Amino acid sequence: MSTAAISPDKSFGRTLKEWIFTIDHKRIGVLYLIGSLAAFAVAGLMAMLIRIELGSVGPTITNPNTYNTWLYFHGAAMILAFQIPALTGFLANYLVPLMIGAKDMAFPRLNALSLWLFWAGIIVALLTFVIPDSPDIMWTGYPPYSLRTGGNTALYVFTVHLMGFSSIVGGINLITTIMYMRAPGMTWRKLNIFVWSTLGAFILQLIFIPVLAAAVTMLLFDKYIGTHFFDPSAGGDVLLYQNLFWFYSHPAVYVILLPTMGMIFEITATFAKNRVFNYKMVVYGGIGGVVLLSGEVWIHHLFTSGMPDWIRMGMMVSTLMISIPVGLLMIGLIGTLYRAAIEYTTPMLYAVGFIFLFLIGGLTGIPNAMTAIDLAIHDTHFVVGHFHYVMAVSTTFAIFGSVYYLFPKMTGKMYNETLGKLGFLISFIGVNITFFTMMVVGIKGMPRRYFDYQQFAHLEGLHHIVTIGAFIIGIGAAVVLISWIHGLVAGRKAVDNPWSSKSVEWMTKTPPPPGNFHPIPRLSEDWHPYGYGN
Amino acid sequence: MIGKFVNGAGLSLIMLATGSPAFAYKEGRSPGEIPDIPGGWQHLFHELLIDITVIGVIFAAITIYFLIKYRRRQPGQEGRPPKLSPAAAIGWAVIPAFIFMADDLYLAAESWTLFNEIRTVPENAYEVKLEGAMWSWNFKYPDGVETTNELRVPAGTPIVVRMTSRDVIHSFFIPDFKVKEDLMPGRITYVWFYPKDPGEYLITCAEYCGVIHSSMRGTIIAMQKDEFNKWIEAEKKASMEGGA
Ligand code: HEM
Ligand SMILES: [Cu+2]
Ligand SMILES: [Cu+2]
Repeated sequence: MSTAAISPDKSFGRTLKEWIFTIDHKRIGVLYLIGSLAAFAVAGLMAMLIRIELGSVGPTITNPNTYNTWLYFHGAAMILAFQIPALTGFLANYLVPLMIGAKDMAFPRLNALSLWLFWAGIIVALLTFVIPDSPDIMWTGYPPYSLRTGGNTALYVFTVHLMGFSSIVGGINLITTIMYMRAPGMTWRKLNIFVWSTLGAFILQLIFIPVLAAAVTMLLFDKYIGTHFFDPSAGGDVLLYQNLFWFYSHPAVYVILLPTMGMIFEITATFAKNRVFNYKMVVYGGIGGVVLLSGEVWIHHLFTSGMPDWIRMGMMVSTLMISIPVGLLMIGLIGTLYRAAIEYTTPMLYAVGFIFLFLIGGLTGIPNAMTAIDLAIHDTHFVVGHFHYVMAVSTTFAIFGSVYYLFPKMTGKMYNETLGKLGFLISFIGVNITFFTMMVVGIKGMPRRYFDYQQFAHLEGLHHIVTIGAFIIGIGAAVVLISWIHGLVAGRKAVDNPWSSKSVEWMTKTPPPPGNFHPIPRLSEDWHPYGYGN
Repeated sequence: MIGKFVNGAGLSLIMLATGSPAFAYKEGRSPGEIPDIPGGWQHLFHELLIDITVIGVIFAAITIYFLIKYRRRQPGQEGRPPKLSPAAAIGWAVIPAFIFMADDLYLAAESWTLFNEIRTVPENAYEVKLEGAMWSWNFKYPDGVETTNELRVPAGTPIVVRMTSRDVIHSFFIPDFKVKEDLMPGRITYVWFYPKDPGEYLITCAEYCGVIHSSMRGTIIAMQKDEFNKWIEAEKKASMEGGA
């Protein structure tokens, strides 16, 4: 029976039970996708409300308390419950076993555990809207504010714990799978870029998540059982938290970036029908370089936090050096277009959109990296605009593009290209209006996390533009959703390999049967996932 | 551009070789002259905008050219990738890496110069103490005068603010002077600025500190020196009378 389609001869209850108790990596992947898209929808709604509030000076639709809760939820959910699970939960789970020619993950039951830990995290996060003392500590949770607030800091801590635990379990599983479950002939030199990047991302998760878990646990102890890790009046230090937090959370943006890049490479190679340009440079220089540098730059989040001057200078240099591996990834990506045969389907449009968004996002990171410049723009809307370009929106484009790319694989049906392209176009226009203008607002001095801006009333015109852009994004997202529902309900049947890809995931049926491959593929000497045009 | 990369590479080599930031210092300022931080910031930011725009345009132009030139012309068509020799493959990694690194180190050296100026308090700066609190800026002058949310200073004198916080983290941000630094309980930080001429400048909190965060603002009022002296004398008297 097919993976995603509900067969008519089974009752709904039976099907539901099958899905809940599933240990099939494809279904687990789909359930991750559903959870993370739900988080995206709620957090996206929060973004719209935030933008309405900031549309004009003075209180517009709410009060600062509620606003701060919205902003907390928007940031925390977008990162912890949408992007990381969509990339390392949905995409890694769904694709890695198929790409390496395995019948499932190494530990299917453990996989189900990490899925349900993630869902528990989603539920706990959503409690924000139910409890009276909603958290208001932003996604960073800095003490002493997070210790003094009447908001529920514990909810934040537990959300982080559940998501982190889920990621650690998933990481062990994925790394083992990649190491030991590859089909005969799938050598390390022929691994898909996405598989490499997932491996890199999970190595980072395993190294750094425990640090974040420790930091938020100390927060919990300080607030609720009277320890003094972060309380200077009893010998603690407020900066300890920021160091621990960013020691994880900077690498976390590479946990997001690497699989994003990986998927963009897959989509680009498939629709450009071209080999990945300089594969070894991309893997060793790009992915390897990012992994190596990721843990040496966290102070760039603390440039105005009173850290010693010498370390601010040192981490400025290491931060600037990140441009080297990231630049190599971009060269690999753009090089893949050289002498290609590019077909502009919806997923390919998202990949192309990614190149431009990431270019703007990456280059506007340089002012932030340069300590002297950052002293003025740190914690302003410039940073918010920058990180939405480089991480929030770029990655969301990669995720949406991947959903279109895998739509036939997951559902056995084709989506409608016109609707898909329309959704892309509207969103692309919207994000540029919103986030470019946001950077301008920031350069003019407006700090972030502001409920109101009396002192920057002259920026109201720009804020109008940002809000209009946000609404255009909202319309784009609605069209995307409609195109998916339309594809599910009315899409025509997909053939096994609709994109004529050479990669292994397209060698099996669409959708793939339980166990994926019957028999496991044997990959010949001259096979390569990107072996086009030979 | 090329000259800049070469300079950057050369400068960085010297810096690496000597391990000394001294080379990054700008020459030609007479001792005791007060550096123009906002001017230096604007200058560097402008230079940076040119740098990133050039890089961005190069990448974008090549991408657009490829996207148009190499679109699929008939169904089933595949790319015709050139074979990279091992030397070319290594070259494509090492040469761009070196170019990026040269630009990085060039920018780092420029930033280093300005940063050192921002962090070096000029001699004879007028010192004010600041305690942040939810939600006010509380200033204390050398002569014991205290003000809230209003920092009066003599124009034409560099001002250094030594700060800490009573409760949570705040951040003292003066957009006009391009400086900001956090105020933390249990730690003392500093920031200095130079109001050349009389005028008013905004202070605004840049670290999330709760409900009133966005309204936690203040004003710097730079006054003529003699007016400032008159004001502080009057304040001193008033506080002595009030306190006695
Ligand atoms: C859908 C369109 C989106 C819009 C219109 C939007 C808008 C905003 C706005 C207005 C802020 C608050 C700025 C401030 O006052 O500090 C914000 C913050 C943030 N956004 Fe988004 N956003 C969007 C999507 C995303 C996505 C996809 C992510 C995924 C990572 C994301 C992550 C964040 C984070 C982490 C923050 C910071 C929250 C904090 O300050 O703690 N956003 N966004
Ligand atoms: Cu404050
Ligand atoms: Cu504040």
